[in-house]
Amino acid sequence: MERTYNNKAWFLVLPVLVLVAFSAIIPLMTVVNYSVQDTFGNNQFFWAGLDWFQDVLESNRFWNALGRNLIFSAIILAIEIPLGIYIALNMPKKGWGVPVCLVLMALPLLIPWNVVGTIWQVFGRVDIGLLGRTLAAAGIDYNYVQDPVDAWLTIIVMDVWHWTSLVVLLCYAGLVSIPDAYYQAARIDGASRWSVFRFIQLPKMGRVLLIAVLLRFMDSFMIYTEPFVVTGGGPGNETTFLSIDLVKMAIGQFDVGPAAAMSLVYFLIVLSLSWVFYTVMTNQGQEKGK
Amino acid sequence: MLELRNITRTVGAETHIDNVSLRLERGTLNVLLGPTLSGKTSLMRLMAGLDRPTSGSLLFDGVEVTGVPPQKRDVAMVFQQFINYPTMTVYENIASPMRVAGANRQDVDAAVQRAAALMKLTPYLERTPLNLSGGQQQRCALARAIVKNAGLVLLDEPLANLDYKLREELRAELPRIFAATGTIFVYATTEPSEALLLGGNTATLSQGRVTQFGKTIEVFRRPDDLITAQTFSDPPLNTIVMRKAGGQFLLDDGLLFPVPANLGEIVDAAYTIGFQPHHLSLARTSADSVALRASVTAMEITGSESFVHLRYADANWVMLTPGIQSFVVDQQIEVFLDPTLLLVFDGQGRAVTAATRLAA
Repeated sequence: MERTYNNKAWFLVLPVLVLVAFSAIIPLMTVVNYSVQDTFGNNQFFWAGLDWFQDVLESNRFWNALGRNLIFSAIILAIEIPLGIYIALNMPKKGWGVPVCLVLMALPLLIPWNVVGTIWQVFGRVDIGLLGRTLAAAGIDYNYVQDPVDAWLTIIVMDVWHWTSLVVLLCYAGLVSIPDAYYQAARIDGASRWSVFRFIQLPKMGRVLLIAVLLRFMDSFMIYTEPFVVTGGGPGNETTFLSIDLVKMAIGQFDVGPAAAMSLVYFLIVLSLSWVFYTVMTNQGQEKGK
Repeated sequence: MLELRNITRTVGAETHIDNVSLRLERGTLNVLLGPTLSGKTSLMRLMAGLDRPTSGSLLFDGVEVTGVPPQKRDVAMVFQQFINYPTMTVYENIASPMRVAGANRQDVDAAVQRAAALMKLTPYLERTPLNLSGGQQQRCALARAIVKNAGLVLLDEPLANLDYKLREELRAELPRIFAATGTIFVYATTEPSEALLLGGNTATLSQGRVTQFGKTIEVFRRPDDLITAQTFSDPPLNTIVMRKAGGQFLLDDGLLFPVPANLGEIVDAAYTIGFQPHHLSLARTSADSVALRASVTAMEITGSESFVHLRYADANWVMLTPGIQSFVVDQQIEVFLDPTLLLVFDGQGRAVTAATRLAA
């Protein structure tokens, strides 16, 4: 049998390859390039091996920022997931209240991130902000520019305000898909409100809840815009997360080599955590059957 | 005994249940038969206490239970969807009603093992319901109803979502399992054949009203009215409106049936004549059989029977006949009908046969 070879197919995938090359591979290789070289200007580069990676992994600055990231994500999940579930459970299931609640819930999600930052930056100011002045008038010492605790509180409250809606909407979608017969069966069994939540609503929300946890974890772990606008990473370095630190290093100090190494490490952390979540999610899926 | 006295339930402007009175005895199997939205589920929800009647009262063993919430009633219910607690194992699911009731460990274990054996679930006790097939999931839900050992067991189209073979199997087992417990057993279905297979008593429902209640075979054979006869016939009851004059039912084209002798004296007027699809035949079944020429409008063939859709004058009929027939559409065929099998309904849809039977 004679076979004809036809390489035309390569032309068909070429646009995609070019696109991916420009959007992902070339920038990424630039970063890799910077991360293993040193420069003293004049576009002269010297091989630096893994020195930058060693520097990054040995620097307190990196570990402190990573620690702050993890603490921030943990706090965000601990607040937003239960709060989101609670709100979703108490949202109306039918009637005119449904569209009203859904629109109200969706509103924070529709605001651009830097605008959210600006809103809270102004809102919390002690001289002109509604929140800041009210607290000052009430005799509460609140100043997110100087006090680290206040700065953390501000960005946590801001993130909760901005993103709890997402958890609510996902959970609500899970809740409304539970057939009414489950609740009737539970009533006939005489199951308590807690049992209904624990044995019917929570398992039935399981899938969407995992998605909510994943999304909120990744998002909060990569947070940049809002704290950058509100606190700029301060006071001191108290709210300097990995992303903010990275930008400071790369653009502020123009330490391109260490910054490149750090962004690769950051990228690998995000990638491995995503993989962990993905694995956990799919395993959970298999456990629960089809 | 469960007694419903003039139960009505309205939701907004809609009447879901319209003045229903029923007496269901202990140890009986009662079928609620009616099409979708006829009020079967609404009636069951009222019996379970999930809903409150707008008016009327419910008595259980002579005690008024109208406002009593379901968990305080002696009731178990199985739904059309397969309802089990998703994270609990089959064992825990079956045990759950007894655990809520606070039974001790040995009693629970004994009851669970017994119910699981009855429902052939013993090998699956450690699995969670979502790792079971649909039939096993529903058997798990049925096992939960069994261990509850309730005085009233409500099954709301429990087999509707199961495949044919499993349905046959469970339908045969269910009455036997629950009959032994002396419970009041209520079974809702849309299928007349299922009511006939289950036997017991049947209440036919139409638009929220119980049109007739009695022994299943009696209701099937001697419906009180046209609606009951239509509810209890699948494929649909064949009907034709005819004029009675003297001893005959007449149609303008010359078709005539002698008025069956058991009807006695009835006034000359227009009557609706009804008969089951299997009462039409391709050959004369008795000496009295009347021959008709009808045209074929459609053919449906199952493995062993043929449904021949016919048009006669203004009426559309279905003939159920054995064997595979090969008629073509628009073909004129001769069919036979035994007039002694006719159901006769007056202008208000009341059965004339039933009236005379009661009078006699």
